[in-house]
Amino acid sequence: MSGARRLLLAGGIALALWGMSYGLWYAVFAEHQALEEIGASLSTAFSGAAQRDVAQSAIALLRYRESKYVYDRQVDVHSHWIGLAMVLIVLGLSFDKLSFSEKTKLWLAVAFLAGACLFPLGVLFQVHDRGPLPRILAISGSALEIASLGVIALGLARRQSSTPDPHPQPEA
Amino acid sequence: MKPMPSSRNRSARPSDVLAGRNETFAAPSARRLLILGGIGLILVGMIFGDIFAVFVLHQNASRVGASLAAASHAAFAGDHAAVANYFQDVAGFLENRGTKVDTHAHMIAFGYLALMLSLLAPWMSLSARTKRRLAWLFLCGAGLLPLCVFLIHYVGLAYSPLKSIGWASIFADLGGLFVIIALAGYLYGLVKHFFSRERAAVQDQLPADSSVAGRLLLAGGVFLVMLGFLHGSYYAAVDLYRHEALDYSILSQVSLGAAERNATAVDSGLAAYGQLQGEKAVNIAAHAHIIEFGVLSILLAFFQPYVDLHEIWQRRWALVFLLGSLLLPVCVLLELKFGLIAGGLADIGGLLVIVALLAMWIGILRHADRLDAGDAT
Repeated sequence: MSGARRLLLAGGIALALWGMSYGLWYAVFAEHQALEEIGASLSTAFSGAAQRDVAQSAIALLRYRESKYVYDRQVDVHSHWIGLAMVLIVLGLSFDKLSFSEKTKLWLAVAFLAGACLFPLGVLFQVHDRGPLPRILAISGSALEIASLGVIALGLARRQSSTPDPHPQPEA
Repeated sequence: MKPMPSSRNRSARPSDVLAGRNETFAAPSARRLLILGGIGLILVGMIFGDIFAVFVLHQNASRVGASLAAASHAAFAGDHAAVANYFQDVAGFLENRGTKVDTHAHMIAFGYLALMLSLLAPWMSLSARTKRRLAWLFLCGAGLLPLCVFLIHYVGLAYSPLKSIGWASIFADLGGLFVIIALAGYLYGLVKHFFSRERAAVQDQLPADSSVAGRLLLAGGVFLVMLGFLHGSYYAAVDLYRHEALDYSILSQVSLGAAERNATAVDSGLAAYGQLQGEKAVNIAAHAHIIEFGVLSILLAFFQPYVDLHEIWQRRWALVFLLGSLLLPVCVLLELKFGLIAGGLADIGGLLVIVALLAMWIGILRHADRLDAGDAT
């Protein structure tokens, strides 16, 4: 098994395990509380409106926005880490079909794995820091993913175009 | 029996290749358990998803919208007790929807993981018995988690020792733990293999197979994943933050309109909120489905040597699978513009994927039966 393939497979399984553990932790310790907070703040906002208390309503809506912002990102991080881990594993299994040198394949695997780790990490950091840095990290991670996948598709296309049909139809 | 597709490994004799494939797919093997169990999980998850999409999703969304509108009108009328009641209803409808989406998504994701683990099985330095036990543990957890997530809405907090987590959630988490333990065991086996000094070269012909159906599924799968990545990045760059800002500003408009007894602001805000939720839902569904179908297509490419169908039918089912995989997400995206027609076509796309997957699963079952009957060669 080539180094690139090994890196993608081991990295993919480790990332899936990490993403699942993160999801389990989140489901047990944070998700129910987050959902309750979202529901309660929205309900309070409309109760405030019913009582003509615009200030209370506005504060509750700000709480809703904040908790929804965090919740959406936590769920995105969990699902993207695991989703990208699966893409890493399946592409790792096809990596020997790429028409590139071993060195290129290794760099490609490093870039793809790095993107899969960094993109959700950038999204997670947005929970704690609303500045541009986490966004830059997330965008860089996703750009790495797309660029690497594009190169992988190219490598597969080159290989497929140079592979003869293993079952040629007999001539009539 | 039809001849097995040839391998790219020209130096290996066909009988050796076949024997190698069959050895790893033998009757009690972890690979067979994970392949059949994995495709079974995906099929059940997809059928559940189709039933959910046709009979629950839109009706549930309408109920959520109606309750939110009722809560807004109650706020407009100054009835804050009714507001709280309507939001209780919204929470119930959202929980109902959320648990069903989670059931669908987790069952399919575990199916994918099972297929991947089956492909990696030859590289795991574990005894056949341990691999098999881990496969059972994985499949039990993969079945338990979605089933219990489905039950969360119905069981609620009945007899629960905890304040906010019911028994269904506890057992769902237990299922998740089973999956994590199995996955950690397999990871240990892989790491042990890679770090072992005297490891033998593993000969597994599945990833090297290059049948026409396999190549179609591999190329199509990479194309679908790429499309999904591009759509996701476009959505994140153009719509995500705009949608988040709109979500807050529309709700502010509705609540402020209710506080100031401005019926026009309330009604226009509610209409805009419904439109926004629709836009978000179709974008997320299209993004998730196209990537998932792409990954599944790549996975199915590897298992074509086990699909005991005539080669022409292997190709046809591969094409049907790819057609459905593209039709569903594209039509989901078009639902906002073309309504029920696009929705119906999306459901047909989902059905095509299910039928093609079922055909491949039956082909794999046929191969397993022939193998058990000693007819594989």
